[in-house]
Amino acid sequence: MDLTLVGGGLVVIGVGIGIGLTGKGAMEAIGRQPDASGKIQVAALILAALVEGIGFAALFAL
Amino acid sequence: MKNYRKLLLIAITFFIGSINAYSSTENIAKEENKEGGIKSEIKEYIAHHLKDSHSYSITSYIDEESGKKVYIELPLPVILYDQGLKFFWSSEFKHGKSTVNRGENYYKLNYHNNRIYKTDRFGTIDYNEKHEPLNEKPLDFSITKNIATIFLVSIIMLLLFVSLAKSFKTNNGISKGLGRFFEPIILYIRDDIAIPNIGEKKYKNYMSFLLTIFFFVWFLNMLGLTPLGVNVTGNIAVTFSLALLTFLITNFTANKSYWGHIFWMPGVPVLIKIVLAPIELLGVFIKPFSLLIRLYANIQAGHIVLYSLIGLMFIFNSWLGSSLSFVLAFFISIIEILVALLQAYIFTMLSALYFGFAVAEEDH
Repeated sequence: MDLTLVGGGLVVIGVGIGIGLTGKGAMEAIGRQPDASGKIQVAALILAALVEGIGFAALFAL
Repeated sequence: MKNYRKLLLIAITFFIGSINAYSSTENIAKEENKEGGIKSEIKEYIAHHLKDSHSYSITSYIDEESGKKVYIELPLPVILYDQGLKFFWSSEFKHGKSTVNRGENYYKLNYHNNRIYKTDRFGTIDYNEKHEPLNEKPLDFSITKNIATIFLVSIIMLLLFVSLAKSFKTNNGISKGLGRFFEPIILYIRDDIAIPNIGEKKYKNYMSFLLTIFFFVWFLNMLGLTPLGVNVTGNIAVTFSLALLTFLITNFTANKSYWGHIFWMPGVPVLIKIVLAPIELLGVFIKPFSLLIRLYANIQAGHIVLYSLIGLMFIFNSWLGSSLSFVLAFFISIIEILVALLQAYIFTMLSALYFGFAVAEEDH
């Protein structure tokens, strides 16, 4: 039962929750204002990449 | 009828992939009497291809008569500095098996970590307890695979953009040919990345850096996905230099209000100012550091996943398992193309954001 592997799994859960919440906010915003969907898409993609960056950094440090 | 055509195309791709994997497993079966079997050989292969090396390796095969492995590779120059400049082609190392003699010194290439050591006539390398080599290393300025690829991409970019600028001039501002593909991208970088973050007055100073970084990182990421087998942006030294450039430009073109915000944040009580100063100072270093880690980890992880899935094709010797892993590897490489563009965009956008902080006008 190697604790580093458990930590790795927790990191991936965190990244999944983060990107999922970003996606949820983006979907709701697009639903409210379909005209602004271009800007919302760009912002959501950038935030997802930032969260993923932290996840990758943690996985590599393991 | 249209649905039938798409289905047929997918089925043909499946089939061809599985046939390729199956026919080349005959060679691997002969090498299974090596210690560790096929899995450790794949691991070694992947680890070697993710790192830098002193020659472009194209392929290798086992010679039928002598039973030894023959490597076909494109050698690159090795430049060492050890009481004088020594210059020779890396093919003299014979893939890590022989020592090279120049004057009194002998040099040997350690195949596992790609470093050149100074040794004696027999090529002995002493190891300490942790299995690390103890020999002395000469200063290594050789042109390795990554450096040659960076030269190649720089030459391609120079030729491409200089000819683009010339065709713009002769056509009175209307782009022709390849310019039609690059012009919207360049305008997007100017209108949606540079101007909102840096402001109307000062964005022109930074435009050349942002454009160069965007196309450099994008082209290098795409080259990493081709069968050339180069892994430039997945090398932490390369991304370190790019992040270092962002760090230097941010801090050397910053105005007084930027440094004021770091060391003595205006508008908060004095006690909080003292607590905030070390945290902001750390932030000055951590922001470019996160740029470095993000690009490196994304590209390196993508390459590891791709190579492992292709290696999985050889471990499953059956036609069903190999074709399924081939299809999976195919779809993941499509995602990697998206990641190449996205990571270049994120690097450029965050650099523009940091430049914007540096030259922000004080308006309170």
